[in-house]
Amino acid sequence: MSANTLARDKLLSLEKQFRFQWEPAQESFVLLYPEGLIKLPGSSGEIMKLIDGSKSVDMIIAHLGEQFPGIDLKNDVLDFLEHAYEKNWICTD
Amino acid sequence: MKKIGSAPTNKPKGPLWVNAEITYKCPLHCVFCYNPLDYASTFDSELSTEDWLKVFRQSRELGAVQLGLSGGEPLMRDDVEIMASEATKMGYYVNLLTSGIGLTEKRIAAFKEGGLGQIQLSFQDSTKELNDFLSSTKTFELKSKVAKLIKEHDYPMVLNVVLHRLNIDHIDQILEMAEAMGADHVELANSQYYAWALKNRTYLMPSAEQLRKAEETTNRFRKKIGNKMKLYFIVPDYYAERPKACMNGWGSVFLNVAPDGLALPCHEARMLPGLTFPNVREHEMAWIWNESPAFNAYRGESWMQEPCSSCDERTKDFGGCRCQAFQLTGDATNADPVCDKSPHHNIITEQVELAQKPQSPAADVKPIIFFRDDKNSKALIAQES
Repeated sequence: MSANTLARDKLLSLEKQFRFQWEPAQESFVLLYPEGLIKLPGSSGEIMKLIDGSKSVDMIIAHLGEQFPGIDLKNDVLDFLEHAYEKNWICTD
Repeated sequence: MKKIGSAPTNKPKGPLWVNAEITYKCPLHCVFCYNPLDYASTFDSELSTEDWLKVFRQSRELGAVQLGLSGGEPLMRDDVEIMASEATKMGYYVNLLTSGIGLTEKRIAAFKEGGLGQIQLSFQDSTKELNDFLSSTKTFELKSKVAKLIKEHDYPMVLNVVLHRLNIDHIDQILEMAEAMGADHVELANSQYYAWALKNRTYLMPSAEQLRKAEETTNRFRKKIGNKMKLYFIVPDYYAERPKACMNGWGSVFLNVAPDGLALPCHEARMLPGLTFPNVREHEMAWIWNESPAFNAYRGESWMQEPCSSCDERTKDFGGCRCQAFQLTGDATNADPVCDKSPHHNIITEQVELAQKPQSPAADVKPIIFFRDDKNSKALIAQES
């Protein structure tokens, strides 16, 4: 477990195989990878948008906290990022 | 997504995947090739770079996100780099499907620069080159060189190996070669029996015993190597009881454009009778996808007959493959005979039975096997006309 746990203080990037973009036809953010597409609707897309190699998990949580004051997003953001890390969509530096 | 039993909607969802078969020219002569038998008829009518960019642009507007640049051997054209970079700018994830022949340092650097997403390298072994493929250093050196280029340019190493009766017993060597090349993904797909592969089916279909052993070897290798390499093993659909959900349904997500501009719902559809496939030179992609009679012919369920029309799995496998149904039963609206509910299923079981007979040595097979080459293709065109 421990080796695969997502560190909260390390900078997050997309895995090199993935591309993130807004798809008008899907009305959603998507991740593209060889021969595939993952739809990231709603908040998942908004979180993924922040993954640019310059922010850690904690920084993303803080950033979203400022954007949406008064809403406790921490657990949802953590859940999504852990999922994305497990699926190898994102990696740490 | 269409709900069960709903009437066909006026406007289908757009294609997600565009496969551009930019040329059928190819330096190889693979006996399992899925290009049409009369592929040589397209040599004089290939689309121009501008034509292709128009196809990509219009399809992108319909919502397509994945683009395959394939063939033939796509690298036979000198404008693949332009296509890849322009399509990337349009927002596509671009996949190059190649044998690696013609992939030079200069070309791969241009692909990387232009944003090409992935390179899928196929093993082009054919019976003629079987020994070369397995033992001689010639093929291996070429592959190693290309594999090294792919790695150097920070692409994952995606290998596609077509398995058949004559090479499946050497799967351990194939896997070792893949490991030596540093492959990240390896697809071990048994050839599917269309076009050239159908012509050579008897010589290509492995026995159940061969398949069992090959799968065992693959599983052993998978255990040994762990996560380092992802391995996929795909058995011929003749060994299944239910048909494949071919193309995820006709005109559902996949749009193929042939070198001469014919727009097709799959690689093989050109062979189906009674349909006039639209040409991208004459029609807009929106009309082709949404309105053309050919793309609507087997969309949804209204074309189905029994046993498909009342089958509770019809929304899962769409009755299988229209081309296989036509090829083997003479009627594209029949159930794919791979399905054991099909009244024509005996066609499949008889062929499978035949595959259990002892194997002839590769040398005996050579004189009767059909190589995919320009001479044979032109001869077949002459026969048809």
